[in-house]
Amino acid sequence: MSAISDYRKREESVTMSAESVGESHELLTLNIGPHHPATHGVLRLIATLEGEVVRDIKPIIGYVHTGIEKTAEQKQYWKAIPVVERMDYLSYYFNAMAFCGAVETLLGLEIPPRAQYLRVLHMELNRIMSHLVWLGTSALDLGAMSMFWYCFRERETILDLFEMSSGQRMHTRYFQVGGVIEDIPVGFAEKVQAFVDDMPTRADQYADLLEKNEILLSRLRDTCTLDAESLLGLNVTGPLLRAAGVPWDLRKATPYCGYEKFDFKIPVGTVGDNYDRFRVRHAELYESTKIIDQALNGLPEGPWIADDRKVVLPPRHELATSMEALIHHFKLVTEGFRVPEGECYFPIEAPRGELGCFVRSDGSSKPARVHMRDPSFVNLQATAPMVKDSYIADLIATLAMVDPVLGGVDR
Amino acid sequence: MPDQAGLEAIAQELRAADASSVLGTTFDRGRAEVQIDPAKNVAVIELLREKGFTFLASLHGVDYYPEEPRLGVVYELLDMTAIDRISVKARVSIDDPKIATVTKIWPGADFPERELYDMFGVVFEGHDDLRRILMPEDYEGFPQRRDFPVGGEPVLFTYNETDQYGKDR
Repeated sequence: MSAISDYRKREESVTMSAESVGESHELLTLNIGPHHPATHGVLRLIATLEGEVVRDIKPIIGYVHTGIEKTAEQKQYWKAIPVVERMDYLSYYFNAMAFCGAVETLLGLEIPPRAQYLRVLHMELNRIMSHLVWLGTSALDLGAMSMFWYCFRERETILDLFEMSSGQRMHTRYFQVGGVIEDIPVGFAEKVQAFVDDMPTRADQYADLLEKNEILLSRLRDTCTLDAESLLGLNVTGPLLRAAGVPWDLRKATPYCGYEKFDFKIPVGTVGDNYDRFRVRHAELYESTKIIDQALNGLPEGPWIADDRKVVLPPRHELATSMEALIHHFKLVTEGFRVPEGECYFPIEAPRGELGCFVRSDGSSKPARVHMRDPSFVNLQATAPMVKDSYIADLIATLAMVDPVLGGVDR
Repeated sequence: MPDQAGLEAIAQELRAADASSVLGTTFDRGRAEVQIDPAKNVAVIELLREKGFTFLASLHGVDYYPEEPRLGVVYELLDMTAIDRISVKARVSIDDPKIATVTKIWPGADFPERELYDMFGVVFEGHDDLRRILMPEDYEGFPQRRDFPVGGEPVLFTYNETDQYGKDR
């Protein structure tokens, strides 16, 4: 069997729901992706078109499935953090937070306030970073090329901050079970402050560039609207749901990690079209900046990681003087810590919606099951009802506004 | 989360509707869970939906190897008005892993159910399009099961691409 016929054979089970349209027309089945810049990753869409109108799409995923959930089962809890971070590669702090939060709940570990503030600070920087990538690439899809450079300029600033606090630009492994690995370095606060002061002006500039752009507006306004009820049925969360007017944000609804101490608003849209999706995320840039400002200026003094030596690595300097610290260090690095039996589902508000980490512990030092409810994976299902009976050009715009990260979809 | 008493009250109500539907309850570290009979998952979920748990936050699988029934199907339900969560768990055996679909209630359960089928081999009866989602279509086995080995599959390189999975190419 040739490679081509084998490929077709694998597609046999993909059924298209669109009906035939009579004698004068015929439906065209068009393959988009998996390697196409507009799919924002390795997403493949089989689109059924009637002329230029999309009648049905079938997303085919799994091209970057790397079995991270299975891999995490083979690792000790603290060694699973780096693999878990690599799921949704634009929101690594959130992945780490969901996993660490679940493990901390199972352990019953108390997190010091400074660690919580540092976590919030980094998560909100990450949210801005993720939204900037979304804004830049989406605008690129809609023909606004210069936006990409402006957004990536600010993203670079954030990545520099991540590098400063943890040594890594992406997949930082900054969050640990119990807190964060290190206190922020000297000079970090000033740089974050400079960024916070700068960011609202930058966001204003993005708005100036895009908001009055006739082409952009006509491509976004009233395109691919989906009402809140359908979105809730599809289990969609995050900016997509908020764009349809549902003010659902886990940071407000069930505050975790000390979010109840921060003053911020939840931007919501009105009708749930692509324009609202764009506006909601853009408005979140300002709100996240506000949270970072509060976290930075209200940063409490104290330890940045819990003081439980059975779970948390001892400080480096103690290894040279304390035998006990050395033993703890050795045990933690070789065997890892054991987590009492139980199950936990820890949901947080990631840039794309509810990111829930389910961890089952069987009492050993490795998790018996790790599952990530990734918002991209669930939200991707909403694309088909959104783009049904709209133009194929709007399909590209909608896909950009849904903002799926394929690393998170396929895990 | 409902507290211990709240969870018992919900379980009582479910039992009142159908005495055999609830197999047990667990309240552990703030997480309320109801274990149910897999044959009655749709009825239980419909009842919980009427009580306000209208949003399916997550649907995932667990393998309790070597305990039987091995496979757990977990529904994380969310009440967006009262801001409450409850987990519903149905356990199915490895020999006959069948459970009714909830895609009729939530169309968004489509992908998670396909993932569960793909990874654990749980068959969702009534699902319109139950096929593998993340693994290749011609893949054999269910990789997230605990007895599925890691590294049991050779990595495909040019020199061995005709030996294993690509032999018909």
